[in-house]
Amino acid sequence: MSPHEQWVAFVTIVRKEIKRFTRIWIQTLLPPAITMVLYFIIFGKMVGSRIGEMGGVSYIDFVAPGLIMMAVLTNAYANVSSSFFSAKFQRSVEEILVSPTPNVIILLGYVIGGVARGLAVGVIVTLVAMAFTDLKITHGFVTFFILLMTAILFSLAGFINAVYANNFDDISIIPTFVLTPLTYLGGVFYSISLLPPVWQTLSAFNPILHMVDAFRYGMLGIADTGLVFAFVELGVLVVVLTLVALYLLKSGKRLRA
Amino acid sequence: MSTALAVEQLCKVYGSGLEALKGISLDVMPGDFFAILGPNGAGKSTLIGIISSLVRKTSGRVRIFDTDIDDNFSRAKQLLGVVPQEFNFSVFEKVEDIVLQQAGYYGLPRVQAQERTRLLLQQLSLWDKRDTPARMLSGGMKRRLMIARALVHNPQLLILDEPTAGVDIELRRSMWDFLREINQQGTTIILTTHYLEEAESLCRNVAIIDHGTIVQNTSVKSLLQQLNKEVFIFDVKGQLPHLPVLHGYNLVQLDDHSFEVEVVKGQSLNAVFAQLTEQQIDIVSMRNKANRLEELFVAMVNANKHVANPVEARS
Repeated sequence: MSPHEQWVAFVTIVRKEIKRFTRIWIQTLLPPAITMVLYFIIFGKMVGSRIGEMGGVSYIDFVAPGLIMMAVLTNAYANVSSSFFSAKFQRSVEEILVSPTPNVIILLGYVIGGVARGLAVGVIVTLVAMAFTDLKITHGFVTFFILLMTAILFSLAGFINAVYANNFDDISIIPTFVLTPLTYLGGVFYSISLLPPVWQTLSAFNPILHMVDAFRYGMLGIADTGLVFAFVELGVLVVVLTLVALYLLKSGKRLRA
Repeated sequence: MSTALAVEQLCKVYGSGLEALKGISLDVMPGDFFAILGPNGAGKSTLIGIISSLVRKTSGRVRIFDTDIDDNFSRAKQLLGVVPQEFNFSVFEKVEDIVLQQAGYYGLPRVQAQERTRLLLQQLSLWDKRDTPARMLSGGMKRRLMIARALVHNPQLLILDEPTAGVDIELRRSMWDFLREINQQGTTIILTTHYLEEAESLCRNVAIIDHGTIVQNTSVKSLLQQLNKEVFIFDVKGQLPHLPVLHGYNLVQLDDHSFEVEVVKGQSLNAVFAQLTEQQIDIVSMRNKANRLEELFVAMVNANKHVANPVEARS
């Protein structure tokens, strides 16, 4: 395929993906908004007013970046895992597998589709947050870069999950038993400085903690862990998961008989 | 000489140990209308799967218009369109979107893709359904949608895996006309089918696959010449008082109005009519008892059963 033909194929996949999640907006875009309203009312207003300050800012300001990040990463993951697995389940994935579209374009198309939903949900959740608190962005580049890289990373993870999944249960296992616990324990609702030293050390192995912390730094200018580590961690994980996903596509595992 | 499809010593052994293809070789010439026949599980869909990249071959070579799939699968795929046996599109998407997306996967610019999509949907009587989600289509419409999708990038070789399965007679005939038309325009067509009438009506050449091997690969005409006998059913005018006696022919009475005649290779139907006329029996219609190709097919597959599995065949 010529570069132009590859571009056409890429745009086709991205357009299809965006069309898919906007067509079912009641399932994809509305729930994060409702969940966030509840989070802000309960943790921000009701509980937060009794907690006072955390990390030098009000509790509602403290949790807002973590909640945005949580919505972005779960939606980026869910978009690719459910879309690609549905295509596998309905066998419509064969449409693209029989075509000359290169594997890297297939992966890129699905990942950008996941990023698009992640960022769309990010914007919606940010708008919801602005109704409850005065959000401001202290470091624009850090904020956007961390958000983008996190959306890419979890889109890749969702893709790998979809390739391995044999049924719809398989695409909910990772989010339920891995992503949600890691996110809740990843400093979304508390500063790890409040934890005993042993738990602080253990928390350092949670990759989501560094992403949430770096994103909070971008928005509020406060951080528990190192910013550089978050950048390196995201970069390394994106490269590793990209290589794994491309290997799976090339080998045809779970995709070709 | 250039071939539309060249398959050499193609083998496929699945992870379960099942040997689906046992070193088959096959050539299909450009412009041909070629049938691949075989009972269920013979290896037809595996062969199509390998050609279209959905099944990984164990060994052997496949070339599409002289492009080896191992050397340049991307180029080979551009030349190929596949209509699979089972529906494999997103049932939630609209008809037009499904075809447009397929065009996009082949790199067709949007405007060109829209034009091709409109043309094909019109030709296949689906234009009125362009905004309908695929799940709302009838079985016949879904089959036509898959044909439109396979043709959107204008492939030189079209492979159809049982394209008219479950399609009513009228629609089947219109699909045959459409396939004949695109074949006359230069597209090489390979189809697998269970309707042997379809193969006899449409195809010039045929390969019969059974147990992963090719049992027969020849022209439909020469295959039919191998037929040793044919059975014809005659319907008479009025009531048949008794079963006529025709010298040299075996007859069986079916009911008061019809009987069947076995005509062995070399015997003439004129002689049958002459004797019937002598006996003042008026014939109002005549037809083959079974499709001629079907008779041959069954005979060949049965013969191969003895070769492939002598123990099972004896039991």
